[in-house]
Amino acid sequence: MKLLTTNFIKCSVKACDSNMTSFPLRYDNQCELELNYEDDESIIEKSYQFLVGILDKIDWDALLKVCADLGNNDLPPNKPLLTQDSLLSLNDNERLILKQLFNLLINTEIVNGSMKCDSCEHVYLIKNGIPNLLLPPHLS
Amino acid sequence: MSRPEEIAPPELFYNDKESKKYTENSRVQYIQYVMTKRSLELLNLKESSFILDIGCGSCLSGEIISSASEEVNAGMNHYWTGLDISPDMLEQALIRKEEEKFNNDDDSNSDDESNGEIGGLRNGDMMLHDIGQGIPFRAGSFDAAISISAIQWLFNKDNNNHDPIKRIKRFFESLYSALTKNGKFVAQFYPANDDQIDTFLQIAKQTGFSGGLVIDNPESKKNKKYYLVLSCGTMSSNDANDSDNLNLSGASMDVSNIHDKKELKKKRGNGMLESKKSFILRKKELMKKRGREVRGESKYTGRKRRDRF
Repeated sequence: MKLLTTNFIKCSVKACDSNMTSFPLRYDNQCELELNYEDDESIIEKSYQFLVGILDKIDWDALLKVCADLGNNDLPPNKPLLTQDSLLSLNDNERLILKQLFNLLINTEIVNGSMKCDSCEHVYLIKNGIPNLLLPPHLS
Repeated sequence: MSRPEEIAPPELFYNDKESKKYTENSRVQYIQYVMTKRSLELLNLKESSFILDIGCGSCLSGEIISSASEEVNAGMNHYWTGLDISPDMLEQALIRKEEEKFNNDDDSNSDDESNGEIGGLRNGDMMLHDIGQGIPFRAGSFDAAISISAIQWLFNKDNNNHDPIKRIKRFFESLYSALTKNGKFVAQFYPANDDQIDTFLQIAKQTGFSGGLVIDNPESKKNKKYYLVLSCGTMSSNDANDSDNLNLSGASMDVSNIHDKKELKKKRGNGMLESKKSFILRKKELMKKRGREVRGESKYTGRKRRDRF
């Protein structure tokens, strides 16, 4: 599961819908991560449009929390500012930010581990990069 | 036509063997390809988006969503998240993902100027989930959602505490909130009867979606395809030119046109017997509509052969 997805997935129990603590899920710090670091600008460039679009939607506080759960406390406290217009003339600093975002959000995957809903305490397992979101009968 | 929906619940029907058969069958692949392409065409996306693939199976559709070589995706690089209830299907997807990785590594070794292929299965994520339990994503997650041959499974009552109508409601409500405010949803599905279409349209309308049903190849029995085309924002089919809107032509929220055919039949039964010539012309017209090759009409069409001596 990509780290990007952790910023959108929430508990699927209906009763947790109205509960703010059901997002983001709490990730076990024993989660096994896989990072396919991409250095080639020409590949990342093709995802610039998507990155800027998704950056607008990302809940930065939730991302900080998930990264802290997984043992990374080095993220800047504020969301970097980028718009579709700024893509037309990128400076080196912005290129670096986009590259780091790309590697963080898309190339970092949680392969094995678990995540827990803070509201109903249900634990979802992640195996081979696929989280199991099926609910037992008493919760669905 | 056999309906897998009537045989077993989805997670059991698509077992190891069936999933493999499904994924490797070239005809299934082709049909999935055509329907996914058509759905993307209906979605009419203008920039790289985050897409939800409902009932992704072995991600045959996901591969096409993020494939850069498709005309509908020109200049865009979509990312997607797939949901499916069958673990065996997802396993097939994992196998395919490994194969893709392997092939790509091979390419880059032999040819340094491969220019870095993008897209494909690595643009996606998969999850094991039952869509009747709702879409487990926070509000405003996805720009669009797509579903190929999946949502008719919602009508199954595979379990004593399954209530299909409740599950469909939960599905549409949670989907509505998981989409952005101008989010769009296109679903190709196989309805068992007209009631199922009505139910989908009604519940979608209650949830707040606008849009309707698009029927491709309506005259053909085999190739008739139903697409549910919905949008979160308000829109009318008059604004079809608006570039942001869904590509809607011939979609309507009411189902009256589906029933037309039955009435036509009734009328014909009551009327006088038609002549041989008009019968032949009518059948020819029908076959033409179904895309068959038909001999052109001439002054000899439907005429009696001259008697031999």
